[in-house]
Amino acid sequence: MATDEVHGLVKREALSDETMVINLGPQHPSTHGVLRVRLVLDGERVVDAQPVIGYLHTGFEKTAETLTYQQCNTITDRLDYLAPMTNNLAYVLAVEKMMQIEVPKRAQYIRVLFAELTRLASHLVWLGTHVMDLGAMSLFFYCMREREVILDLIEAVAGVRMNPSYFRVGGLAYDLPDGFHEKAWDFVKDFPRWMKMYRNLVEGNPLINQRLKGIAVLDRETCYQYGVTGPNIRATGLALDLRKTEPYSSYEEFEFNVPTRTEGDAYARFWVRMEEMDESLKIVEQALDKITPRGEYATRDRKVALPPRDEIYGNMEALIHQFKLVTAGFPVPAGEVYQAVEGPRGEMGFYIISDGGPKPYRWRARTPSYYNLQTLPILCRDGLVADVITAIGSIDIMLGDVDK
Amino acid sequence: MIVLEIVLLVIKIILLIAILMGGFAYTMLLERRLLGFFQLRLGPNRVGPGGLLQPIADGLKMVLKEDLMPLGADPFVYRLAPVISLFTALCVDAVIPFGAPIHLFGLTVTLDIANPSIGLLIAFAFSSLGVYGLVLGGWASQNKYSLLGGIRASAQIISYELAMGLAVMGVLMTTHTANLEGIVLYQKAHGWLWLPQIGAFLIYFITGIAETNRTPFDLPEAESELVAGYHTEYSGMRFASYIIAEYINMITVSGIAVTLFFGGWLGPWLPPIIWFFIKIGIFLFIFIWIRATLPRFRYDQLMNFGWKVLVPAALIYFLGTAAFVSGIL
Repeated sequence: MATDEVHGLVKREALSDETMVINLGPQHPSTHGVLRVRLVLDGERVVDAQPVIGYLHTGFEKTAETLTYQQCNTITDRLDYLAPMTNNLAYVLAVEKMMQIEVPKRAQYIRVLFAELTRLASHLVWLGTHVMDLGAMSLFFYCMREREVILDLIEAVAGVRMNPSYFRVGGLAYDLPDGFHEKAWDFVKDFPRWMKMYRNLVEGNPLINQRLKGIAVLDRETCYQYGVTGPNIRATGLALDLRKTEPYSSYEEFEFNVPTRTEGDAYARFWVRMEEMDESLKIVEQALDKITPRGEYATRDRKVALPPRDEIYGNMEALIHQFKLVTAGFPVPAGEVYQAVEGPRGEMGFYIISDGGPKPYRWRARTPSYYNLQTLPILCRDGLVADVITAIGSIDIMLGDVDK
Repeated sequence: MIVLEIVLLVIKIILLIAILMGGFAYTMLLERRLLGFFQLRLGPNRVGPGGLLQPIADGLKMVLKEDLMPLGADPFVYRLAPVISLFTALCVDAVIPFGAPIHLFGLTVTLDIANPSIGLLIAFAFSSLGVYGLVLGGWASQNKYSLLGGIRASAQIISYELAMGLAVMGVLMTTHTANLEGIVLYQKAHGWLWLPQIGAFLIYFITGIAETNRTPFDLPEAESELVAGYHTEYSGMRFASYIIAEYINMITVSGIAVTLFFGGWLGPWLPPIIWFFIKIGIFLFIFIWIRATLPRFRYDQLMNFGWKVLVPAALIYFLGTAAFVSGIL
């Protein structure tokens, strides 16, 4: 009976008297959440690996159909909860594209700033957990310390650390607080020093190199077939980066490189992400230079963005706008749109169909981890058990991003 | 006279076990505190002054935990396996001299339980037996992760015992004795052996880490791969037995390294036994330091490293020492 259940998931030819089926997860220290992998093992060699997902299913896409466009924003935070601002950005850009809203330049720069800070925070968590999966514990704690600084910056602007919903349709929720620039510059000045330390810990470390080199190889053709994006495809030599190829939110005004490697193995992905962190820091610096401490942070279109507080108290029209926006939301012209941004894990996109009302008719998230995870059987085949862990870490999946 | 000797022996055995248990408790505390400092944390500092009573709290907790056994487990082997691990770990220390002989009641008392002429061989024999605890525990648990952990443990011990044995042969040839006290006395007369035997020492230390299943050779209990490896299913005192055995093995490996290469209890000013413990403490610190820094080997890479690097290197060093001792060089 039990074997029949196994046959449903794992290829029949993979099973024989010599093999053993083992469940890795969903409660396992290094499956980054609640991923479950059914492994067919021959000794320590992996014959087949099947990811089983759905343990974190939240029904967000359906939930979104019952919320107004502005409320949906809070759901996007919770998709890839390590990179909430990226999800916010993809979503608000999609809605703004439908409504053809022009967002002030300053707000666009602030969006870029936080998109990149989020990328840094997300990559720091990846670096810490990936290296911890390989067996080195300490780096995780160092990475968490740096991430904490970024979370403090997010808290300063949004009031919360993990699910900020700071980007709103039409601009931002609030302006930057007093003293934000100083805090951010402190971080920008400190970060390269810490980055150098982390590099020293991993660069040239023979144990790390031999655990990563030639492991979990992904070629470009497979990436195309499975829709793999982000650092995973850049590690195969293709400089596919939506910030360059389809610039959004004024990314074309920033100077940065797109790091690539050609090997396509775990080592290549590792260093693509490490170099991306340096590039992100460059963008953060440029953005901080461009952003003035005070200025416009949302569109002046009162049909979309909430009027400022002082205006509400003295202006009848502003009060009506406030009331309408909070209770009913704004209508979005009928039609459909797809807008993607380059998230830390790849192409993060939203596909939205509007029937002209204040709530989306269909709301779909194209989350990169979902596509990246599907390559796991290819990555793991004929490796060892330890390589499965390396593979899961090196494609940098996020289970909130996979199950939605 | 014989009665007195037997009484002394019993006292020594009790003392040794007490010291080792205390050593285990405080090595663990030291490890947790040091790892805390390495990792920007504080470590346990709440129980007693500076966390010094933490081991007692840990011990109490372990005793009070329910002792679980999986339904499909082999009850006899499942219960026996941690005992083997703990027993062999304690036995090895019986032959290690903790200090210079002292004079009591007109008797010369050596600070070891037994002082056989083949002390080193006995130490190695017992430490090899310890792997049975891991293998049997992993097999008897009826858990796939445990089984993999047990298999890894046996593979690891095969790859590393040989290099370890070859590494210490140089010391044996230089000192012409396998008696651990004799080796220390030789070093008293001719200087510590770590410099002439530096290669052997390094190989011994690496294999010693593998022997104790510590990072980067902690494959049998690799947390991120096998959950907890061979002791996944164990709880309560049986689990604690494995942990105690691991830490006592660390102390033992350090103790043998100190005895063979760093002059055992020798040292100026301080009493010999203090010197011995200071030297062991330095080794324990290195163990913990390595754990905080390095990632883990992969199964096959570990075997390659053992057979293709350590064994040939040990063999070459062994032959070199042989040539030197016999006067060819």
